Amino acid sequence: MTTDTVTGDGKLSASRAHVRAAGWGKGLSILTRITVMALRHPWQTGLAIGATFIASGFQLMIPLLLGRAIDEAQGIGAGGSAASVAQDALLVTALLLLAVSVLRGFFTMVQNYYSEAVGHHIGYELRLACYEKIQRLSFSFHDSMHSGDLITIGLLDLEGVRMYFSTALVRMIFLSVLIGIGAYLLLSTDVVLGLLALSFVPFVGWRSSVTQLKLRATWLDLQERLAVLTRVMEENLGGIRVVRAFSAQDHEMSKFETASRSALSLAHQRVGIRVANTSAMTFSFFGAMGLVLWVGGTKVMAGEITVGTLASFLTFMTILQMPVRQLGLMVNAFARASTCGARLFGLLDLDIAVKDAPQAPDLTLRDGTLRFENVGFSYPAAPDNAVLTDLSFEVRRGETIGIVGPPGSGKSTIAHLIPRFYDTTAGRITLDGKDIRDVTLRSLRRAVVVVQQDSFLFTTTIENNIAYGDPWAKETQIARASESAQLHNYVLGLPASYGTVVGERGVSLSGGQKQRLSIARAVMLKPAVMVFDDSTAAIDAATEQRIRSAMRLNAGERVTIIVAHRLGSLMHADRILFVEEGRIVEQGTHAELLARNGRYRALYDLQIRPGDDALTG
Amino acid sequence: MAEELETERADVRDDGRRPPRAVVGSHRIEEEIFGKVFDKNIVKRIWAFVRPYRAKVALAVVAVLVFTAMQLAIPLIIRYAIDHGMQPGGDRSALLAALIAFGVAIIINYGASYAQETLVGNVAEDVLFDIRRAMFSHLQRVSLSFMDKTEVGRLMSRLQGDVNSMQEFLETSVLSVGDITLLLGIVVVMLYLDFGLGLLTLSALPVLFIVRIFWLPRARKSFMAAHETNSVASGALAEAIHGVRAVQGMDRQSVNFTLFDDKASANLRTHLTAARFAQVMVPIVDSLTGVAMALVIVVGGARVLGQALDVGVMVAFLFYIQRFFDPIRSLTLQYSVMQRAMASGQRLTDVLDVRVDIQDKPDARALSADMDGSVEFRDVVFGYNPKHPVLKNVSFKVNPGETVALVGPTGSGKSSCMSLIHRFYEVQQGAVLVGGHDVRDLTQDSLGRQIAMVLQEPFLFTGTVLENIRYHRTEATREQAIEAAKAVGAHDFIMRMPDGYDSILGQRGGNLSLGQRQLISFARALVADAKILVLDEATANIDSYTEMLIQKALVKLLEGRTGLVIAHRLATIREADRIIVLQNGELIESGNHAELMRNGKLYSRLYNLNYASFDDIPEQIIEQAAAEGAT
Ligand SMILES: Nc1ncnc2c1ncn2[C@@H]1O[C@H](COP(=O)(O)OP(=O)(O)OP(=O)(O)O)[C@@H](O)[C@H]1O
Ligand SMILES: Nc1ncnc2c1ncn2[C@@H]1O[C@H](COP(=O)(O)OP(=O)(O)OP(=O)(O)O)[C@@H](O)[C@H]1O
Ligand SMILES: [Mg+2]
Ligand SMILES: [Mg+2]
Repeated sequence: MTTDTVTGDGKLSASRAHVRAAGWGKGLSILTRITVMALRHPWQTGLAIGATFIASGFQLMIPLLLGRAIDEAQGIGAGGSAASVAQDALLVTALLLLAVSVLRGFFTMVQNYYSEAVGHHIGYELRLACYEKIQRLSFSFHDSMHSGDLITIGLLDLEGVRMYFSTALVRMIFLSVLIGIGAYLLLSTDVVLGLLALSFVPFVGWRSSVTQLKLRATWLDLQERLAVLTRVMEENLGGIRVVRAFSAQDHEMSKFETASRSALSLAHQRVGIRVANTSAMTFSFFGAMGLVLWVGGTKVMAGEITVGTLASFLTFMTILQMPVRQLGLMVNAFARASTCGARLFGLLDLDIAVKDAPQAPDLTLRDGTLRFENVGFSYPAAPDNAVLTDLSFEVRRGETIGIVGPPGSGKSTIAHLIPRFYDTTAGRITLDGKDIRDVTLRSLRRAVVVVQQDSFLFTTTIENNIAYGDPWAKETQIARASESAQLHNYVLGLPASYGTVVGERGVSLSGGQKQRLSIARAVMLKPAVMVFDDSTAAIDAATEQRIRSAMRLNAGERVTIIVAHRLGSLMHADRILFVEEGRIVEQGTHAELLARNGRYRALYDLQIRPGDDALTG
Repeated sequence: MAEELETERADVRDDGRRPPRAVVGSHRIEEEIFGKVFDKNIVKRIWAFVRPYRAKVALAVVAVLVFTAMQLAIPLIIRYAIDHGMQPGGDRSALLAALIAFGVAIIINYGASYAQETLVGNVAEDVLFDIRRAMFSHLQRVSLSFMDKTEVGRLMSRLQGDVNSMQEFLETSVLSVGDITLLLGIVVVMLYLDFGLGLLTLSALPVLFIVRIFWLPRARKSFMAAHETNSVASGALAEAIHGVRAVQGMDRQSVNFTLFDDKASANLRTHLTAARFAQVMVPIVDSLTGVAMALVIVVGGARVLGQALDVGVMVAFLFYIQRFFDPIRSLTLQYSVMQRAMASGQRLTDVLDVRVDIQDKPDARALSADMDGSVEFRDVVFGYNPKHPVLKNVSFKVNPGETVALVGPTGSGKSSCMSLIHRFYEVQQGAVLVGGHDVRDLTQDSLGRQIAMVLQEPFLFTGTVLENIRYHRTEATREQAIEAAKAVGAHDFIMRMPDGYDSILGQRGGNLSLGQRQLISFARALVADAKILVLDEATANIDSYTEMLIQKALVKLLEGRTGLVIAHRLATIREADRIIVLQNGELIESGNHAELMRNGKLYSRLYNLNYASFDDIPEQIIEQAAAEGAT
């Protein structure tokens, strides 16, 4: 991958305009890369290409045989000798023709099948690579990329690359052989007639290529407009509650109409381009045929050529017509593969921002102390905006740390740094004194589990959701995790119990039930560091208290970090950090902080005492 | 036990066994891909969409017929030219006549093909967009209970894939008219040119049909499998993209990869099988073409030799044979297209036919802006599943201008109450009244305009901050939006974003913290300028200090408006005029803070739990409260 496009993930240029501007050289290197992928299946590629040559050879024999047959039928080929000789000759030609047809069919089959097979193998490999890459790319990349665009790369662009072998490469070989040898045969039989018969070839070939490229350009535009339409529809359906809550159906319909109309007008335009072209191509083909008929007819009358020769010219033309039209498709397939490939390989070649250092060992925990050392951080999307500055604190095994602070102060960011969802931009985080960047991600993420503030539930059963991190979990383990999250009784009350499918993103659950489900999913894993990012906001204090008592059983073996706004949730922490604008402005135990009469105290008073006097207190 | 699993978790075992509880992609029931070839009802429904364009369709059919006629005529003209103008020393004028006829034919051919393709292409696009619009606008009205059960991805595939296959269907159905005529035309012309030779040549036809009959069901099955594995693999990919943060957080990448590999290899396998089925027809058709040509050469050639047949007829036959199998091939392809279209049509009509359970009554009245803003629940019974009520006989009244809080343990039905005020769902018994009117007697649109909601989950749209704040009230000025943002304390952080109010939000507002998203969705509700404000945990992810600032700013904004507030942080609602406590879908107490504290029931216990140091509360109170709280 050329270094100018990508310098770390999060910077994949998905802009189509950008890709279009990329030069030929780059296009060529992409096509080479796909070709190399094909060559990794040497047998199938070889069979496909070999069969292509043979099939086009047989294809070319058909007009010749037909011409011969017509002449023989007129007694020309056999030199006017006895009828029986002519009959025998006809029989031979007929049998030859039959054999050639069968063989042509057979080799065309081999050609088509193997070139498709190569394409499917390439598609399979790319699909896996793409899936793996998407799974591994770090959060910063996913922050910068709309999911719809990623899906387009993984489906449509992949298709464009997959089709390259059969629709571009093999077709190119097929067409060059067919048109090349065909032209030679025609011209060597009769130059004038040959030239006339081939006169439509350059025109149609050129015309169809130009049109296909034009269609391709409008296709890219159309895709962009359709992507807007898709986004409008998708967000509307995903945010349907907001739409309904604001009675914004009309507003949404008008957004839809705008997007839809702009796509439709382009679609009409495309029909226009396509039709103007096909009609012109057909016309020029028949025009050339008319010329051949005229000149050829005159020649037959003059006795210069036979009717059979004329017929074979006409047949040649019919045979050539399709492939010549396909020249445009072929050109299109090349263009498509190179733009699609640019995007797809652009994704596959991205550097993963957060990855294992070379030869990083697994994390082995002894005392399990977590330490932030002068940590600074800003999101790659907004590098100038320092989210965390010079943050230091330490938590030992068995300790619990509470974090409070206003919205946007950086609490979730702190949580996200511990399992390395993002890497710090300054300072370091250590576990057991070891920089977390020096151990494998896998072992780190098994040791650190974050219950995310905005957690994603999968559209599957409750039990699969709880066992998400440990799909080998036994029923008893699932039940136990769900008990500690205070979910068990609720689940047992459901008709299908643990087999109940939670709706998309958990729609059929209440806010608190969703949060408890994601707590259960984390508890299941018994991690060494457990972070609750505001994960009890929608849970009432009584239930939360029960969860906390259940947690306390294992708390001795791990580090616990609780982000919360309800002070009751964290007042028993061993230490509480008050974070504001990415800095720790106060820290200490609940009692110490109260005594300090600072910001924490103000929060506490607000939650305890009614009225404005809390502010001054 | 836990220790043993610690090392093994999330991996595929050495023996290749997959984890029992792991799936990638939602396990939805796969839908039919092929339907009946022809389903009258569906065709009728689709026809309704084509009807507005029927004049164009009729023209297109005429154009197709003309085009086909020309396809038939051209070999005949060639034949005429050969037989009448092409013996050495033959008739010049015959050749000329043939050439003129040829010229006319190709000009007509040009016009017809142009007209046909333009008309069909455009109408198909129009119909596609019309169907999509109809579905989308229908989805805007169907009830949320349908939407809850249906995945967005699935609806999207209706709006895209299925609609596209309708377009394909329209295009091919006009073309098949041409194909059928061409086939018939060739048969007729061949029989007319030479009956015996024609019959002989046509003998290849039944063979092809018989082969097709055996081939089709098997082939179709393989195409279906390929199609199905495709959508399964795509679904899994989409899930990986949407859920990537959870996947990485739980370190599921390697298991998911293996499972995805299973699906992708199934996809590869089925596609190879399908390709085999598709390609096996090629040599068969080619061989039959060869047989037909050989027959014409042997039999026809002999007769030409014996002067019993014009050589031109033989040439025409050979031309026709080459064109002969095309319509058969494309007709059988169209057969699959038709079947697929019927299945798609079925799914489209299924969506279009989803009953709009919640509909304005014919005589529904609009809720005017000067209504008093009261909200009343009268013996409401409601359940998402009618057999399991979530709200049981709930009655309360919120007087005009009052602020009432709803509290209760998680899952007790608070958010459900809010949905009912807006008539997202229909009550099973009792009634919900807004402004003194049963919500069922009001138009939904006017109801929505008088109620502004902050939902428990802040959902933001891709677009700028400003667009999100004024959402559908596009007439709201920038100043109004800024004022609302200031009121909820969002102004500062918005101004710190690179483009202020014009900064683009990521998908679902992903580049903001959750609290910030909540603030924006709060501001959005304020801009809506409604009589009734419903706040479902609107400040759950916001600290109390910011919350207090918001409350102060709101005092003025909310003057004369009715407020309904849900919160777990009881400080938030302490000052509400009245507090309603729900538990297990039942209203168990109500009154103001002081009253509820005095009677010492659930509220006071929750309250204490919230604020007092846990150590100070006797264990049994926690137990008691927790026992009551657990639902
Ligand atoms: N769309 C839905 N489909 C089916 N069941 C639902 C749906 N929404 C909620 N429920 C169920 O209805 C019950 C009440 O849910 P509701 O959302 O009203 O609770 P809540 O009081 O708001 O709780 P929380 O405080 O946790 O948000 C819960 O048991 C929940 O599982
Ligand atoms: N993915 C992101 N890209 C860019 N900026 C981000 C991203 N996520 C958060 N931010 C910004 O970083 C800052 C800190 O966000 P963070 O989510 O850590 O806040 P928080 O303390 O968790 O707030 P809350 O209490 O609202 O959850 C905010 O200003 C936010 O806008
Ligand atoms: Mg946060
Ligand atoms: Mg709720």
